[in-house]
Amino acid sequence: MTFQVELVSPEGIAYSGEAEMVIARTVGGGEIAFQPGHVPFIGVLAVWSVDVVHPDGGRDTLAVHRGFVQVAGTKVTILSDMSEASGEIDVDRARAAREVAEAALAADKDDAAAAEALARADVRLTVANAEA
Amino acid sequence: MAGGRERVLRRRITSVQKTKKITRAMELIAATRVMKAQQRARSSAPYSRQITQVIENLAAAGTEVDHPLLRKAEKVERVGVVLITSDRGLAGPYNSSIIRAAERQVQNARAEGADYALIIIGKKGRDYFRFRNYRIDSFTEGISDNPTYEDAKAVADTVAQLFESGEIDRVELVYTEFISIGSQKVVVRRFLPLESTEVMAEEGHGEAGAVASFEFEPSSEAVLEALLPRYVEARLFGALLESAASEHASRQRAMKAATDNAEEMIVKLSREMNQARQDAITTEIMEIVGGAEALGSGDDDKTDTPVPVGVQN
Repeated sequence: MTFQVELVSPEGIAYSGEAEMVIARTVGGGEIAFQPGHVPFIGVLAVWSVDVVHPDGGRDTLAVHRGFVQVAGTKVTILSDMSEASGEIDVDRARAAREVAEAALAADKDDAAAAEALARADVRLTVANAEA
Repeated sequence: MAGGRERVLRRRITSVQKTKKITRAMELIAATRVMKAQQRARSSAPYSRQITQVIENLAAAGTEVDHPLLRKAEKVERVGVVLITSDRGLAGPYNSSIIRAAERQVQNARAEGADYALIIIGKKGRDYFRFRNYRIDSFTEGISDNPTYEDAKAVADTVAQLFESGEIDRVELVYTEFISIGSQKVVVRRFLPLESTEVMAEEGHGEAGAVASFEFEPSSEAVLEALLPRYVEARLFGALLESAASEHASRQRAMKAATDNAEEMIVKLSREMNQARQDAITTEIMEIVGGAEALGSGDDDKTDTPVPVGVQN
C-alpha cells in the first residue's frame, strides 16, 4: 500500500511521488514516520530532512528548512517555503554558509540567526551526502 | 517650394513607423510575459490552497490563539496602505488606478482621524507619492515585474513588524486582481489584522470541507502560530503574482492600442502626403504649361499677330 507525497512550495509543486513511508521530524515531537492509514495529522516541521521511502525500497531525501506536514487519507503534503531536493543543493555554498555561521556563533553564542543558518547548512550537507 | 509639405509628411510617417515597430515589439513581449506570469500564479495556487486547508482544519478543531497578527486595535491610530505598482510605465491606466485607490485609502484614514503609513512596491507609486510630499515608510523596487517568494517575504516581514510593534493598527492591501487577459480589477483587501480562523477558512476555497479530527504536533495552537506568518506571506505573494500578470496584460493592451493608432495615423498621413504630392505635381504642371504657354504665346505674338478687325481697311 502506498500513498501520494507532495512537496508544495509557493513557486509550485516541487516534488511529488509515491511512497510507502515518509519520515520527518517535527518541532517538539522528534522523528515521526508515516505509513498509509496514518491518523490525520498536522505537524510543524523542524529544520531537518524528510525521507520519502519508495515502494521499491529507494528513497528521496528532501531538505526542508521550515514548514508543515499534513497527512490526510492517502496523501502526505509537505508545505514549505524553504526546501530543496537533494539534487538542488549547492554543497560548496552550504559548506561556506556553515563556516560563516560557526564563526558567528563562536563570536556570539546567542546569535539565533546564525544558529538557524548552521542548522540549515547541516541539513543541506546531510541530505547532499545521503545522496552521494 | 511645393515639395516642402510632402517632405515634412514623409518624415512624420517614418517616425510613426518607427514608433509602431517599438510598440509592436513591446506588445509581443508583454504577451509572452502575461503567459509566464499567469503560469506562475497558477503554480503558486496549491501552496496557498494547502495553507488555507490547514487553517480550515485548525478552525474545525476550534483553535484560537492570541497572536500579534490577530491583534485588533481598539482605536486605529495609523493605517498602513500597501500598494503594488509597476516599475515601468506604458501600461495604460494600470498604475494610475492603483494609485488613485491607494490615495483614497489614505484620505479615508485621515477622515477617520488616523495617520497613514505608505508601503510602496514599484517605482511608479513612489514617484507619485513622493512628488506630492507624502511620507513613504517603505519602498521596494525591482520586484513587481517578476516577483519571487523571497521578495514577498521581505515585504511581508516589514509590514508584519510594523504591525506587531503597534506602529500601525490596520493594513490595507491595494493591488490589481487578474481576472482574465481582458479584465483586471483594482481591489482593496484587509491585510492585517488577520481574521479569526473561522473567517479565514470560510474565505478560503473550501475544498471538500475539513477532514475528520486531526492530530496536531506540537499542539494546534503552535501549528497556528507557526502558520500565520506564512499565511501573510503567501497572501502577499499571491497579490504580487496577480499584479505582475495584470501589469503585463495592461501593457499588452496599451501597446496594442498604440500600434493600432500608429497604423491609423500612417494611413492618414500617407493620404495627406499623396495629396500633397499630387498638388505639387499639378502645380508644377500648371507652371510648366503656364510657362510654355507664356513662351509660346510670345512667339505667336510675332508670327500672326491678330489684326484688329476694322483696322485692316
